[in-house]
Amino acid sequence: MSESSGPWAPAGRLSGAMGKRTYRGPWAKSTERSFTGLSWKSLFGKMSWLTRFCTLWLILVILAAALADLIPGLADPDYQGFVFGDGKTNEGPTASHWLGTDNVSRDILARLIYGARVSLIFSFSLVIVGTLVGGTLGSIAGYFRGFTETFLMALVDTWLSFPALIGLVFVTTMLGMRNLLVLCLVGSIFVWPSYTRIARAVALSVSGQDFVTAARAIGTSRRRILFREIFPNVFPALLAYSLVGMAILIILESTLSFLGLGVEIPTASWGGMISQARQDLLINVWPAIFPAVTLFMTVYSFNNLADWLRQRAAARSAAI
Amino acid sequence: MLKMIASRLTRLVLTVLVVTFVTFTLTNVLPGDAVNALIPIDAQQDREFVEQVREEWGLNDPLIVRYGRWLGDAVQGDLGRSLVTGQPVTDEITHRLPITLEIMVVAVGFSLLVAVPLGAFTGYREGRRSDRVFSGVAQAGLSLPSFVTGLILIYVFALKLHWFPAVGWNRLSNGIGPNLKTVALPALALAITEIAVYTRVLRSDMIATLKENYILSARAKGLTDRFILFRHGLRPSLLTLVTVVGLNIAALLGGVLVIEYLFAIPGIGKRLFSAIQQRDFMMVQAITILITVFYVVVNTITDLTYMVVDPRIRKTN
Repeated sequence: MSESSGPWAPAGRLSGAMGKRTYRGPWAKSTERSFTGLSWKSLFGKMSWLTRFCTLWLILVILAAALADLIPGLADPDYQGFVFGDGKTNEGPTASHWLGTDNVSRDILARLIYGARVSLIFSFSLVIVGTLVGGTLGSIAGYFRGFTETFLMALVDTWLSFPALIGLVFVTTMLGMRNLLVLCLVGSIFVWPSYTRIARAVALSVSGQDFVTAARAIGTSRRRILFREIFPNVFPALLAYSLVGMAILIILESTLSFLGLGVEIPTASWGGMISQARQDLLINVWPAIFPAVTLFMTVYSFNNLADWLRQRAAARSAAI
Repeated sequence: MLKMIASRLTRLVLTVLVVTFVTFTLTNVLPGDAVNALIPIDAQQDREFVEQVREEWGLNDPLIVRYGRWLGDAVQGDLGRSLVTGQPVTDEITHRLPITLEIMVVAVGFSLLVAVPLGAFTGYREGRRSDRVFSGVAQAGLSLPSFVTGLILIYVFALKLHWFPAVGWNRLSNGIGPNLKTVALPALALAITEIAVYTRVLRSDMIATLKENYILSARAKGLTDRFILFRHGLRPSLLTLVTVVGLNIAALLGGVLVIEYLFAIPGIGKRLFSAIQQRDFMMVQAITILITVFYVVVNTITDLTYMVVDPRIRKTN
């Protein structure tokens, strides 16, 4: 079948199959297409070369972080070769250390990959919490309005007046411990308000749409409308923001680690690597450059992909 | 209008109360008692002595009483004594605050100086190659954490070229030249992100403004593009920028703390981190509250200015 679907497709192109087909509404997709109507190939093909590169880079980083333990020949990120007499500090790239070693002779590549793990786990779990909690609360505020909205939004405004970096530093200091789990838990206290604000704005505009009015007119309960009409429209809209959120949170994590307030050493993290390399900048600048470039490329890729997604959404809504 | 200002101010006071209470509670409830910072570990065996110290610092009263007392003192400008030095926290903060503020002001000023022409220009050249190049660079600037920018600046301009000192601070009383030398790199490191943000905001507003009819009529009159851009287009496009500059103060505050740490500048941020290391809770609490209150006040002021400048907001709210 042709790739066009729905009642607006030109009659001539559909005529051959018309008799066999039953009309399944404008949202029904042609059977030959994938479930979402988007294939990886069609998505990837429409990207600019820069966005393609960013996508590939993110896939590479995520895969490397996820499969770090399985990569054959990857050094132990905490192994200090010079202590055991089989490594040098501040070494340039060699066959055994592709990106060289840092000032206590640890393998930089291995530390980059394990550092990606910290960054990604931190930012990804916070984005998930933010999307779920913020998306739900924002939808409720935007759909139910009234006192619920006033109360929730006042809470959000107050919460947002606490700068996240200061808040995280403050709470982890008071708690006196800083492993990845604690950082994620404390961080999730601070992520939800911004998501709530955005979700509310989306929910407000969705609530005014005809299909919500129609659902209400046929007597659908408010709870069902919330689950069947509001949520399915709010959560996809949060996706572009989630990518920006990844970028922001990766920067936050690396800043914390740089200050020595992130995950405890010797756990590898990009910010921590830069912080350590800073002391020997004039002796060997590479241990600082590698994590800095990795950090930059990852953050840039998330930002770029978010931009691309936003433009696509804008183009699609303009087409409708 | 007056009613709205009043409601904003009530909200400001409420927010400050909530924020200070939460911070105060966290300081006092979480593990890591102030006693640990006040008394050396071996002296803590002496129960009587510990009890005496607790009484002296008022640590035995109920939380709400302590908060009330703290708030009463805070209103009068007394944020408590440092647990480590025993000096009033306020003294140290007022001594360091001008440094932090100077860096922020220079950074914002410099960013605006670059971002306003750049934003206007990229908006004017929307979709052309020059726009795409500058916008791409702006996005790249947005993806660089300030500590990385700072480190690059230190490496290039201090360690390699020796134009500026890598770390340290010269107070304004030492003369304006030496002062500017120490403020240049930190402010620039902060400004890069800000320039990226401001340029993007101004660019999108500029694009919208340039589609207005009066721009067309100005063009029909035969005015030069530059004149139209800066005399007709810029002013109505600045509204969002003003808001963003205000709202971004928070991000900037976070940034300036990191930058102070990186450049070893004796401002508020550096004190915050040293207080964290010494477990000086009074200092940490005071600085956290100061920063938060500062942020809330700036936000309220931004909101109010925005209302004054744009009559449409007054009506919709």
